[in-house]
Amino acid sequence: MSETHRWIRTARCEDIPLREARSVRMADRDIAIFNLGDRFLAIDNRCPHKGGPLSDGIVSGTTVVCPLHAAKVNLETGNVLNTSGAPQCVAAFPTRVEGGVVLLELPIQPLAEEKMPGVCVEKTVQIPGTIQPTL
Amino acid sequence: MIESPGKSNGNSTRERLVVVGNGMAGVACVEQILKHSPKFDITIFGDETHVNYNRIMLSSVLAGEKSADEIVLNSLEWYQKNDIHLRLGVRVTDVDSVRKTVTGDDGSVTPFDKLLLATGSSPLIPCMDWIKKEGVYVFRSLDDTRSLLERARPGTRAVVIGGGLLGLEAARGLQVQGCDVTVVHLMDRLMERQLDVTGGGYLKAKMECMGVKVLVSKSTTEILGNGKAEGVAFKEGPSIHADFVVIAAGIRPNTELGRKAGLQVNRGIAVNDFMETSNPDIFAVGECVEHKGTCYGLVAPLFEQGKVLAATITGNKGPVYEGTVQAAKLKIMGVDVFSAGDFNEKAPGTDAVRYEDPALGIYKKLTLRDGKLAGVILVGDTSDSHRYMDWLRSQTDLTSMRRQLLFPLPVADGGFDTAQMPDHETICGCLGVTKGAIIHAIHEKGVNTLAQLKECTRASTGCGSCTELCQQLLKAVAPEFQEETKKTLCKCVPFAEDNLREILRSQKLRSVQEVLDIYGNGQGCEVCKPALSYMIDMIWCGDHDEDRSARFVNDRVHANIQNDGTFSVVPRIRGGVTSAAELRRIADAAEKYNVRMVKITGSQRIDLLGVQKSDLPKIWADLGMPSGQAYTKGVRMVKTCVGTDFCRFGVQDSTSAGIELERRLENLYTPHKVKMGAVGCPRNCAEATVKDIGIVGQEGSWQVVVGGAAGKSVRKADLLVTVVSTEEALNAAELFFQYYRENANYLERTYGFVERLGIEKVRKETVYAPETVRQGLLERLHKSKALAQDAWLERDAPRHPTQFVQIEPIERIPT
Repeated sequence: MSETHRWIRTARCEDIPLREARSVRMADRDIAIFNLGDRFLAIDNRCPHKGGPLSDGIVSGTTVVCPLHAAKVNLETGNVLNTSGAPQCVAAFPTRVEGGVVLLELPIQPLAEEKMPGVCVEKTVQIPGTIQPTL
Repeated sequence: MIESPGKSNGNSTRERLVVVGNGMAGVACVEQILKHSPKFDITIFGDETHVNYNRIMLSSVLAGEKSADEIVLNSLEWYQKNDIHLRLGVRVTDVDSVRKTVTGDDGSVTPFDKLLLATGSSPLIPCMDWIKKEGVYVFRSLDDTRSLLERARPGTRAVVIGGGLLGLEAARGLQVQGCDVTVVHLMDRLMERQLDVTGGGYLKAKMECMGVKVLVSKSTTEILGNGKAEGVAFKEGPSIHADFVVIAAGIRPNTELGRKAGLQVNRGIAVNDFMETSNPDIFAVGECVEHKGTCYGLVAPLFEQGKVLAATITGNKGPVYEGTVQAAKLKIMGVDVFSAGDFNEKAPGTDAVRYEDPALGIYKKLTLRDGKLAGVILVGDTSDSHRYMDWLRSQTDLTSMRRQLLFPLPVADGGFDTAQMPDHETICGCLGVTKGAIIHAIHEKGVNTLAQLKECTRASTGCGSCTELCQQLLKAVAPEFQEETKKTLCKCVPFAEDNLREILRSQKLRSVQEVLDIYGNGQGCEVCKPALSYMIDMIWCGDHDEDRSARFVNDRVHANIQNDGTFSVVPRIRGGVTSAAELRRIADAAEKYNVRMVKITGSQRIDLLGVQKSDLPKIWADLGMPSGQAYTKGVRMVKTCVGTDFCRFGVQDSTSAGIELERRLENLYTPHKVKMGAVGCPRNCAEATVKDIGIVGQEGSWQVVVGGAAGKSVRKADLLVTVVSTEEALNAAELFFQYYRENANYLERTYGFVERLGIEKVRKETVYAPETVRQGLLERLHKSKALAQDAWLERDAPRHPTQFVQIEPIERIPT
């Protein structure tokens, strides 16, 4: 375990239905935890596009589609896949399951001061096409 | 009497060609004759009352995949344009080969110089007494298909006698119509003429998996019932019950006229390689002929014969018919079967190459003789059938390719590559159109679309299985290719929506994930998941386990998500009629939950904006009103005027009618939102004529209008029907509503839907449809309605314990 991070017990597995997510308030931010059947993945619950609640999105493989304007966010890296401009990403947090509970590895300092775990520029896969609202 | 010559026959020097038979063989042959020469004055007799249609597509009509109009091959205009006298509904009963006349059953006598017999075949009836009973059918013509469609009601028990191509396709069609179907077959395996024992077993498993029962080695001795079919008895044991029976036990060439004309007739009318009969002025083509001892019952040979015959009869004798390599393809979606050539591996000098995957239901067998392909059987995966057909026809030496027979080298795009096909390879096996011919048409005749290609070369107008290949070629070669294929749902599930509905129905798929796993990429996306959710809900009338994860957030929590992640709440106020008590509760709730805005909507309702997700169940309880479904693709509202209750001009009670309409349809999901209106007079104060469904009162009657819109598009609704009573108006609205549910694509509003189909078709298939069709629509609507409930009741019984709840972390971050 690192000195700056700690594994925190967050939610019970059964609280999160298959291929859905629930948000958990951790310190000063909401974290969305997704149940992909074979594992749980966690990202910031705030879409970098317009702040949409990603935990309310539809899951497509290892991607979630923001319910507001259909930004697609990779759950493993936190990268936004269909951004038209500069690369965007949200924080993605390591997860593990122990005794029916999802644990997240979170920084001990207030999260806001912590650097984003995902460095957008290097990891972003640029996919052509702009974000289109679905409604 | 002597039939008077037609209008065009000022030119009396033209020879008179009489064609008996207005089916695919006869008309295709006439098309070829017209290509050669205009020298004939042509009369065609058809005992059916329809223009030439694609008989092999009847199974698609029975399965509801195509309408009768869609399988027409030659329109009435075509006959007129080519100056052909068409005598529909007249059966030719006699031929006098000495006087050279034919006699019709209408008493007419028509002289000919040349006679073409294209009389086709008839269903083989093992025992003539059987068809005397009511409820015993054959499956040969469009009229047979229509009778079957009328008879095939959900839940009725159908027995199909015969497990060949036709029998299986009939069985499948009936099953799609909701019948409980059993196929009984005399032989030990299905399609025994096309499949070996193993292949037959794979096919049987596939049919059974689709829900069609199969009994083999059953020799039918009797159709039970006194005057009316009640069951089928077998030599081998207990009889089975049936509400109706379809006989598809094979076909018999219609040779009677050949005999009357004094021609040599064996099993069929004997023809030589030039398609000449024993009388130089009489010719025969299609299923009624026998060539070198073989009678053909498939479509490809008759086109090949027609080409040769056309050359011979127009004085261009030369081309010869050498027989056809027979290939059979079963046209059942999800059950791919292809067979060609001789699959007998016991013949001397024969090798067999096999591949089997029982879990996937794939079976492939090639028989090789002297290094060349002799026969092929493909079950479960027929994607390589063109390659094998080409090897069969060309008799390519395969010695050097032994390692790639069943596993071709992968091509660049991973799919079948038309670029690798040689020009002489046949694309359309039915009409014998080669790749070279298609490319020629594209370059020389400016063909850019599939429709033009069909018109120009006739490719893909037979069984249609080469449509995809034709499209690929067009795409690759045509400079201005215009795609016409139906839009597929999305790249996760690459099927058109009507195909998908069919797949869900036939494969009895009741979960989104199952569909994605079997027919898609296993993942799905925000486009296909909600669409599939809707389709499943509609097809199974709500009788399925709903997968909330496949639905948009609005449908997970029954409220409309706003730009800040809060939700809006719109209670149902039927017909826009509320009460002081309701308004008080709404006001109290708005204050209690700090609603940011209370808004009167354009739909005569009240919107409470800015509610937290976790407050939703509580505010619903406080409101004590049902969900207005303002957040979903479903029944929104019926906007009404005050009608006869208060208005000086009202002539109908639009308020009550609107409220009743809303009650009958509320809580149901639809392809897109459905907004309705009910007005008490043509002044149209509640704007019913720009609603998806509107009922417009007038003196003594109601007009029911559909397909209106006043959103992104503005469209005046079309008149569906005018009726006298309110009940009839509601009934018509219900019919259209369910028809839209079942036939529109997801996210297709009624205005696009009605425009796409045309109001005439909509009328014909709803208010003017046969009684049974209307009943079916209403039954399915009522079943869905009975299982639908107010979504806001989930406040007391959530779908999941954390559906509306913000989860509290078990442990906090230490500070």
